[in-house]
Amino acid sequence: MVVLFALPFYVVVSIAFGTVDPVFRSPLPVYQPWFWTSKYLLDEWTFITGQFRPVELRTLVYVVLATAVCLVIAYAVAYYVARFGGKRKGLFLTLLIAPFFISYLMRMLSWVELLQPNGYVNSVLAFFHITPHPINWLAGVPFTVVIGLVYGYIPYMILPLYGFLDRIDQSQVEAGRDLGASPFWTFVRVTLPLSKPAILASLVIVTLPMFGDYYTNNLLSGSPKTTMFGNLLDNSMEATGQGPEAAILVLFLVVFLMIPMLYYMRETAKAQRRQ
Amino acid sequence: MSETISERPHVDRRMQEPVPRARSRSTRTPLGWWRNPWRKPRILATFTWGYLAWSLLPVLIAIAISFNAGRSNSVWQGFSFQWWWGHPKFDPSGALFVSPELRAALIQSLRLSFLTMFIAVPLGVAFAIGISRWRGPAPAGANFLMLFSFVIPEIIIGISMFLFFTYLLKVVHLGTGAQLLSLVTYQVSYPVIIVRARLLSIGKEYEEAATDLGASPTQAIRRVLLPLLYPAILVSFALVFADTIDDFITVRYLSAGANTEPLSVKIYNFSRGSLTPGINAAATFLLLSTLVIALIGVFLYRRITSGQRGQTHEMADYLT
Repeated sequence: MVVLFALPFYVVVSIAFGTVDPVFRSPLPVYQPWFWTSKYLLDEWTFITGQFRPVELRTLVYVVLATAVCLVIAYAVAYYVARFGGKRKGLFLTLLIAPFFISYLMRMLSWVELLQPNGYVNSVLAFFHITPHPINWLAGVPFTVVIGLVYGYIPYMILPLYGFLDRIDQSQVEAGRDLGASPFWTFVRVTLPLSKPAILASLVIVTLPMFGDYYTNNLLSGSPKTTMFGNLLDNSMEATGQGPEAAILVLFLVVFLMIPMLYYMRETAKAQRRQ
Repeated sequence: MSETISERPHVDRRMQEPVPRARSRSTRTPLGWWRNPWRKPRILATFTWGYLAWSLLPVLIAIAISFNAGRSNSVWQGFSFQWWWGHPKFDPSGALFVSPELRAALIQSLRLSFLTMFIAVPLGVAFAIGISRWRGPAPAGANFLMLFSFVIPEIIIGISMFLFFTYLLKVVHLGTGAQLLSLVTYQVSYPVIIVRARLLSIGKEYEEAATDLGASPTQAIRRVLLPLLYPAILVSFALVFADTIDDFITVRYLSAGANTEPLSVKIYNFSRGSLTPGINAAATFLLLSTLVIALIGVFLYRRITSGQRGQTHEMADYLT
């Protein structure tokens, strides 16, 4: 396991720090750390910061937007099912778990079909006379991509939140109500602070994979107008002789994702020590 | 004193209406429903049902379209099985069970997922038991590794595995071998996480009791610990299968040409170009196979824990 997990990553680092065959542009990995050069890495870095800057910015904006929408919807749903699910809890849970067993592709595919120019979304909009002519949702509309991301990742957020909200001691919430707080303020002052660790965990689960997502984007838009960082990675894999570029991009992404991951680990460690 | 009181005009309250309650506290007015602090959460309920419809209706429509009688993948044109078994009157090239391309992909899908399931789950259970025995910093490190491989984008794993198998471990060729190795690596974290959670909730007492009663350590694991872990193991089987058969990211980079691409990769490739209801049939097939495995899991689970707790709740406990 460690071999199969750490070794590939070492190869990535070696290729990233290695040299490139001048003729074929195929990478010559350098496995000895003392021969590593950062020449190509630096070249790529200037390339990325120069040419790709709008892409990174766009990725960040999309991910933050999608995560925010996810959190609002997921929290509301998880809260309702956990507190007011009552007898129907089993049914709710089955329906909430269902997306886990439905392929991501299937769920995206169904939206691709609904959003076609002659698809059902446009027919409904036309029926209510909201739009005069059908909208081509799949031609690089940022809205489609963000909503697609929300749709794809929200189940992974609802379940952890539900699991935690379900375990919150109801007597604490009732105490808040008995002391005269309105439902809103009980929620803000009692439930929300209590569920902070669950929110943090679900944010990590949802946000990190979104940074490497290219398929949602490719399926729902495929236009360079909405390219995200994951698409850069995917494109660098599809073109031949781009091994080093892919390796360097992977390295950047991993280093970047380590930051929220380490923050999360530190926070959970702190919370455990407090208990 | 008594004079001031008697000076107050006499009011016969018997003839009056009862004193109206303060308006803001009333729950009878249209806005009063909103002001009632103990009202039913109707807005949240509508919202939740709305969410459920939003999340599941498109999939149901997509399933229905796999039975479409025309070429369109967005408009319903009548019912037929032509995209599943083909139809003598139509061109059968897009039908799931007829087209050689889709059929080969289907077999590759099933082969990869079953192999991964039967390798990754036992391995993961062994890891989980092993990690729970270790002392020192190793468990924390392993924990971090599992969690990290769980949340980092899968494309990172796909690319590093591709580079690994093409530049270092050239013994393993791209294709089924490389696909299997990387799928197992990635999927093993499911059983580890689930079984470890279960181990933590079981505690050490059962095993200690078994060894006190004269069982050897292997006997204690085999006869006491494993039966207690069966539910967790079953859930891992179902989840690993579901996730493997749907995987198209790692597997796509590691497939050697079109003949080792499983169904999921085909769906992805077709979704970007020429979509036919045949692709819907393929996706529906993946869904059905997952459903069958999940149902077998639930059935076995019922057999094992006959008459205990509701299985959905327990399933949810594992997932959260």
